[in-house]
Amino acid sequence: MRSRRGAVAVIAAMTLALTACSSDTDEPAEEDAAAEGDATEGAAADFPEGSTMAELAEAGSITIGTKFDQPLFGLVGPDGVPQGFDVEIAKLIAAELGIDEDGIEWVETTSQVREDFIETGQVDFIVATYTINDDRKERISFAGPYYEAGQSILTLAENEDIEGPDDLAGTKVCTVSGSTPEKNLLENFPDTEVVPFGTYAECIDPLRNGQVDAVSTDNVILAGFAADNDDLEVRGEPFTEEPYGIGLAKDDTEFRDWINDTLEAAYEDGRWTEAWEATAGTVLPTPEPPAVDRY
Amino acid sequence: MDVIVDNLPTYLQGFATTLRLTLYSGALALVAGVLLAALRVSPLRPLRALSAVYVEVLRNTPLTLVFFGLVFVAPRFGLITPLGFWTAVICLSAYTAAFVSEAVRSGINSVGVGQAEAARAIGLTFGQTLGEVVLPQAVRSVIPPLINVFIALAKNTSVAAGFAVVELMATGRRLGVANAADGLWVLVGVAVFYLLLTIPLGLVAGAVERKVAFSR
Repeated sequence: MRSRRGAVAVIAAMTLALTACSSDTDEPAEEDAAAEGDATEGAAADFPEGSTMAELAEAGSITIGTKFDQPLFGLVGPDGVPQGFDVEIAKLIAAELGIDEDGIEWVETTSQVREDFIETGQVDFIVATYTINDDRKERISFAGPYYEAGQSILTLAENEDIEGPDDLAGTKVCTVSGSTPEKNLLENFPDTEVVPFGTYAECIDPLRNGQVDAVSTDNVILAGFAADNDDLEVRGEPFTEEPYGIGLAKDDTEFRDWINDTLEAAYEDGRWTEAWEATAGTVLPTPEPPAVDRY
Repeated sequence: MDVIVDNLPTYLQGFATTLRLTLYSGALALVAGVLLAALRVSPLRPLRALSAVYVEVLRNTPLTLVFFGLVFVAPRFGLITPLGFWTAVICLSAYTAAFVSEAVRSGINSVGVGQAEAARAIGLTFGQTLGEVVLPQAVRSVIPPLINVFIALAKNTSVAAGFAVVELMATGRRLGVANAADGLWVLVGVAVFYLLLTIPLGLVAGAVERKVAFSR
């Protein structure tokens, strides 16, 4: 009985805290509506009252989720600041809201937690090599895509037997346990032995030792390994389509449309190309920007 | 719930691998552990030291590192292991043997010193003393801790999921990707299958304990 009373107290305290939080975000927006026209709050005034954009612009800060261990897209170095194409895209969107780099709080969002972080509001949006698919659309919304990746194959440079996905039958292919690439391999290459490890980096040693014949995942990840290791090579054209989108709260259509507009503007004026060339473009050719999917 | 029922055959495949890992590793660890315990109480000092070093090193190393050592480090020294099931059995049994050895040693210690002294006095060798006088008595007090070790082993097999073995845990991860919207239920299913393995082990422990219990 005693512990139950304790639990009730905790829940009551949490409810209070939550109420306090939500009123924190509501009130400034109302104040802002009243103080519209104030020169310093100009950015917020550009957006429809009460929209996510107006709230973020008013707050002057934003929380963005990305991966911290994905070379070329989102990778955190010793300085603790993530770098890569995903990060540049996120900065570009934040800049449109009038928020500079200092106003961005980066949160690590691994594949397992992305939908949860969006649903619980722990992040405002996520740019994290996040493939748009129907399962995920049941829980969140996607803007974009801003890039089309595809699953590909990495082998030793000296391997002449595997030139593309058609040569995978009868080989051992390393990938990550419980990943989308693993699922693709199991479904589309039944004659291939799938060898699952914990991370892609762990596949490299067995590849060199000849314990596996190839490593398979999104071409952008493999390109990162090939760029760092002269003895490795990416083989053949990508054999799946992985459109990377920006994850945000389900049914925030206004915010989604606005991000899509922002992406299209960045395609037009070259900011997208610039972001690519500064990051993943250092090892990969510059692609055409993909058409935004306004589903 | 449906996601568990719909994927029952897939679950059973993973469960079968977990079961095989547990049985093979358990049997090997039992044999190796009893041998290590025998070395530990042997009259020869170098053998005692050898066993002590093995047990202390393995018992105090995280299982993941044992796997890491055999799967990633050993190949760098020219020892290329076959990836998958048998490498996992080697790692799991090498690790569990240390715990079996400690359980057996504690059982041996629980047998009165007078028993071993009396055995020696009537001219039995070390092997006879251990095998015919001390171990049969030790077994009674060893069963419960030993079952604990095997329950831990059954759960520890999940570490193999990160090292190229598709057992219950890795199967759960695969089902998780295929059923992204039901991730929670997929894991509930995995937990249920582990319980199917561990709870009977616990029941066996209880039954054996009642059967062999005696007052000293």
